Amino acid sequence: MSALLLTVLLPLAGALVLALLRSLPLAGWINVAVSALSFAASAWLAWSVAAAGEIAGLGFRVDAFNVYLVVLTAFVGLTTSIFSRPYMRHVCKTGLTTERGMRVYHAMYQAFMFTMLLALTTDNLGVLWVAVEGATLATVLLVSLYRTPEAVEAAWKYFILCGVGIALALFGTVLTYFAAQHALADPAAGLTWSILYRHAGGLEPAVMSLAFVFLLVGYGTKVGLVPMHQWLPDAHSEGPTPMSAVLSGLLLNVALYAVVRLKMLVDGSLAGTASPHLAGYLLMGFGMVSFLVAGLFLHRQRDIKRMFSYSSIEHMGLMTFAFGMGGPLATFGALLHMLVHSLTKSAIFVTVGHAAHIAGTQRIDHIRGLIRTQPVVGWSLLLGVAAIAGFPPFGVFTSEFLLLTATMQSQPWLTVALLSGLAVAFAGLFRHLHPMVYGPAPEGQLPVRANLLPVVVHLGLVLWLGLSIPPFLVAWLDRATQLITGAHLL
Amino acid sequence: MSITQLPLLQQLVLVLAAIVLFTSFVLLAQARLVSAIHAFAWQGGLAAAVTSVVAAAGHTPHLYFSALLTLLLKALLIPWMLHRLVHRLELDRHVDLLRRPALVVMAAVALVIFSYWLVLPMVQQELTFTRNIVAISLAVVLIGLLMMVFRQQAVVQVLGFMSMENGLFLAAVSATGGMPLVVELGVAFDVLVAMVLFGVFFFQIRANIDTLDVDRLNRLTETGGEEP
Repeated sequence: MSALLLTVLLPLAGALVLALLRSLPLAGWINVAVSALSFAASAWLAWSVAAAGEIAGLGFRVDAFNVYLVVLTAFVGLTTSIFSRPYMRHVCKTGLTTERGMRVYHAMYQAFMFTMLLALTTDNLGVLWVAVEGATLATVLLVSLYRTPEAVEAAWKYFILCGVGIALALFGTVLTYFAAQHALADPAAGLTWSILYRHAGGLEPAVMSLAFVFLLVGYGTKVGLVPMHQWLPDAHSEGPTPMSAVLSGLLLNVALYAVVRLKMLVDGSLAGTASPHLAGYLLMGFGMVSFLVAGLFLHRQRDIKRMFSYSSIEHMGLMTFAFGMGGPLATFGALLHMLVHSLTKSAIFVTVGHAAHIAGTQRIDHIRGLIRTQPVVGWSLLLGVAAIAGFPPFGVFTSEFLLLTATMQSQPWLTVALLSGLAVAFAGLFRHLHPMVYGPAPEGQLPVRANLLPVVVHLGLVLWLGLSIPPFLVAWLDRATQLITGAHLL
Repeated sequence: MSITQLPLLQQLVLVLAAIVLFTSFVLLAQARLVSAIHAFAWQGGLAAAVTSVVAAAGHTPHLYFSALLTLLLKALLIPWMLHRLVHRLELDRHVDLLRRPALVVMAAVALVIFSYWLVLPMVQQELTFTRNIVAISLAVVLIGLLMMVFRQQAVVQVLGFMSMENGLFLAAVSATGGMPLVVELGVAFDVLVAMVLFGVFFFQIRANIDTLDVDRLNRLTETGGEEP
């Protein structure tokens, strides 16, 4: 229990301290230290969950499904904070933001981590909503940090779209609570997920399917599902790069986590009706459309961060599709994909931040010859993109392979769509990547002081996951699979 | 069971809820900013009134607290903040005409009918009361959404956002007897923080495009716009 509280509350304390702290260099270090402590606490939490199976109390509940996301969130939070310390100092020196902006940045970074961890660990659907909305509020000022017209526009769009989306999710939550009033002995506990899950069979199916539509549209906006994805490329491209890394790596995952938890409830409620797989089909539809549309949009991008944000939409679509398909194999693959996608995508955004500093712009046409200017950055970008495109031996290959196998088993015809989508996305990424990495370097581009530790660690982990997934992780993911689908994979 | 057979207090809740829906229409078509803020304050006040009547009808004293919270937040604090912002932005006399008013109001009417249709499956489950109230709150939410789509003025969009929140609150209070306290406080906190941030953004937008007409926020396109 104390591990859990430490994990969640440390970032909150960090946010408060950083909001009051004036010294800029110190703030960067405190940001790293708080993230490191939070990561250590999350590792401790994982240890105790592995021993106890499940930790519950005080409105929190941590089981195999969310504990791995907690560890992942804290880990990506730590590595991104390590990257962001020198990066943001550089940004501050170039005059893009003020010292006050930096204070907001550091405080909101930790506030964002707090909302993410709260959303993952809470057992209450209402608190989950509050935390996810809190995540929007914490990041919206960061998207407009540079105060350019584009940044303000992106932030406004992000604020309004996610605000509306999440409001619809609240309506879905209210409907769920309404359904619970008739099913539970103690109606006041009608938002507690674990109790609802136990009594899912008694929830009114008509109300629950209506609720799920609202919840899916609401949280789906945050996942970045097409057609509610409009905010995502803007927010990613105009915000500071560390923010893009945590948005892509963490926020999307947490929103998807919420959708999956709610799908478990709806599946339980609809089990005896004429359309037991309604929630799954909805997820599959939204996921497939996002996957294919984002793959096509990759080709048209001119801004490097925008391009990779479309790649995030594509991968979130793939995971949504897999969770919708259900079954142990697809679910296991999707869980693994969540993990490797977060690690790879945040590594890519870190590299992209350096590449954009070298070129002085985020426009793809102006980023050229990275391997000549600064080989480490060029190679990192190349390897990162190879990993995200699903090349062996990286972990994304493993998870996509599992997902393809699962699709062949249950929906053979959709394999064609999946494979062509992957090919389109691969072509879209590489046609932009090739001239950026190779090609002649323009005059006057100088290497920057790169901090590639996070990239090396992340890509190393993804490589490791591709070559051999450690047994404890397999056991973890298998237990999560068992929680979600009711059946073990292994 | 027809509406006239409901207990009197429930009938009163329905009447008040209907007036909330009416204020949604007022908000939707109101051209003067300051009057729109007043309409929003009325809506908040009515939502608080609904809450206290529900509390009296259902003997759920914790709802009195929600009613008080709503009254303070939605009817007093947020309208006051908006008033001050509008004053500081010198938009006191600003008139933002609704384009194609007849069409928009008809769309809103269609949304009300759609909401009633959407809650039809709940017929067998609950009595007239709940169904009506859920439909009305859904209509308030959707009209708020419509407002955010059709109005281009940032302040009016925020009013649309906040009236969506009112609709959600109405649904929570009247259909389920109020969310748990921790959730309610969390939501209120989020709304308040959102309002503060909206205020910050008004100034950021104005500093960048010299107006609060968010239609003019159009620099971001799929292909990255023109070459700088």
